[in-house]
Amino acid sequence: MQIRNQRDFWAGVLFIVTGLIFMVLSRQYNVGTSAKMGPGYFPMALGGLMAILGVMVLIPSVLKSSEILKVTKIEPRMILLVLVAVAVYAFALPKLGFIVALFLLITISSFASHEFSLKTTLISAVLLLVFSWLVFVKGLELQFPFLPTFLTNN
Amino acid sequence: MELLNNLAIGFATAGTLNNLFYCFVGVALGTLIGVLPGIGPLATIAMLLPATYKMADPTTALIMLAGIYYGAQYGGSTTAILVNLPGESSSVVTTLDGYQMARKGRAGPALAIAGIGSFFAGTVATFLLAAFAPPLAEIAFKFGPAEYFALMVLGLIAAVVLANGSVLKALAMVVLGLLLGMIGTDVNSGVARFSFDVPELSDGIEFVAVAMGMFGFAEIILNLEQKENREVFTSKVTNLMPRWDDFKRAFPAILRGTGIGSVLGILPGGGAVLASFSSYAIEKKISKHPEEFGHGAIEGVAGPESANNAGAQTSFIPMLTLGIPTTPVMALMVAAMMIHNIQPGPQVMSSNPKLFWGLIVSMWIGNLMLLVLNLPLVGMWVKLLSVPYRVMYPAILLFCCIGAYSINNNVFDVFMTIPFAILGYVFKKLDCEPAPMLLGFVLGKLMEEYLRRAMTISRGDWSVFVTRPLSASLLAVAAVLLVIVFMPAIKKKRAEAFAGDD
Repeated sequence: MQIRNQRDFWAGVLFIVTGLIFMVLSRQYNVGTSAKMGPGYFPMALGGLMAILGVMVLIPSVLKSSEILKVTKIEPRMILLVLVAVAVYAFALPKLGFIVALFLLITISSFASHEFSLKTTLISAVLLLVFSWLVFVKGLELQFPFLPTFLTNN
Repeated sequence: MELLNNLAIGFATAGTLNNLFYCFVGVALGTLIGVLPGIGPLATIAMLLPATYKMADPTTALIMLAGIYYGAQYGGSTTAILVNLPGESSSVVTTLDGYQMARKGRAGPALAIAGIGSFFAGTVATFLLAAFAPPLAEIAFKFGPAEYFALMVLGLIAAVVLANGSVLKALAMVVLGLLLGMIGTDVNSGVARFSFDVPELSDGIEFVAVAMGMFGFAEIILNLEQKENREVFTSKVTNLMPRWDDFKRAFPAILRGTGIGSVLGILPGGGAVLASFSSYAIEKKISKHPEEFGHGAIEGVAGPESANNAGAQTSFIPMLTLGIPTTPVMALMVAAMMIHNIQPGPQVMSSNPKLFWGLIVSMWIGNLMLLVLNLPLVGMWVKLLSVPYRVMYPAILLFCCIGAYSINNNVFDVFMTIPFAILGYVFKKLDCEPAPMLLGFVLGKLMEEYLRRAMTISRGDWSVFVTRPLSASLLAVAAVLLVIVFMPAIKKKRAEAFAGDD
């Protein structure tokens, strides 16, 4: 067996596994009958349907008639930097406040670019801080901790 | 005449200074964010949705959101024409000829025609909305749980048929969305499903977090993978006015685009994408100069842009009359209504006539503002586009994070965007469209609820779906759609329609 269409193959695998996981998880809930459906009924049925669809996506991808399609290169660096930046922001916001969180988010995520420059990064962080303060804090009156908690004493 | 009466209510509501102001703010903000490459209307609305949470009057909130929606759509077209970067799938076709016009120094006329076409289409579609919504709502009152379930099945199938790429994968994505929608407390039994004892998960996953992760963040990562390679036409946008000859060629295209867009927009599943693609295909087919297409034919901008905007407007029809969102953007609108304690559905028109008609009239006013705002301001949007992507994407990330946090004033929703960003990225790599999944996600709980009710009433007899005529016909349409799309000849045609240029 040769995987000819990689994209369909892995999509199929993903669908089958997810479908099965949902089916297994649904077993802990009461399934009930069609007249009196329990919380497990609908998810169980959907999980099964999804696994079947997964098989239908997967099978043609290994047949001779399928065209050869590779998955394009995955760059873990970009994914990591962007998502770590978001996670750090979320961790920092409640205790360290918006100002610190903003600088961390902008700086870490900027590293993901092919052409990183510290100067532009810092300038844009300051501009964004002013903009966010004007629009989100003053204008829209969104509530978030702005300064670090050790400065505001709560 | 009743229609005129209703429109008068609408004008009285939408015409207050406060509502006009927020309509303007929405249109301006929507365009501002929509112009940024890689951000479509969905991400824009998701980002700005929290801003409307605090508004006292739900009408004002919806008027502003609708303004953001068409503002973002128009902004996306500007980017498509000037930078060749479509912000969303429905402006992909605009890049084909719009960008070529820009390269020939005719960016001004391209932008102007896109604006004029959108305005014309918006006007027609708004009238259609006003005329067809009341009778449709009448029908909707006859719907029982079986009909609602059948209608949602039809909506999801239509979304699959109209999505780009493999039908089977799109179907699986819909099911995945439905499953993710199951997460949270089951209303009938009170059981917290798939929440793994995480308290925040027992309320279900926030739609905005899913949308931001899958569309916003995943898109940023994918854009970063392609090294910056953009040409921006900043200095050349001076002469805005199209020539007389341009008008003569564009006007019939605008008319046809409006027609196609209005019809396809009503269809569940977001016909806007298909509308712009089919409009382009038709213009190319009937043109006297087909060889000009792909090299800057003005019809290739006028038609799809009008179709796109007409579809965006008429997609409000099923949401406002049936309470069923047929596109992810409409799902966000529903979310906004729910926050203000308004359950979307046929009763909105009678219980909240000011909201209903005010919103409709504001759409027309918003389209007018869009035209007035954009033609003189094109120069400013162009300046914005000259900001390099490496500066822009951290800002986009920041706005998304602020938006996600403001849903519940809780960082949990910010964290939730991360797994969905990964999921969105992986699915993009595997050629799976995220839009059908989002639709499934929104409809999941509703669908289960209606299925349960229908089956309880019928005492477990599945034939209820085929013995009730309305439900049977809705399911029959869904089945026919599925059969058609799997027929080899149609399959090929569909692939061609989405390929755009050939």
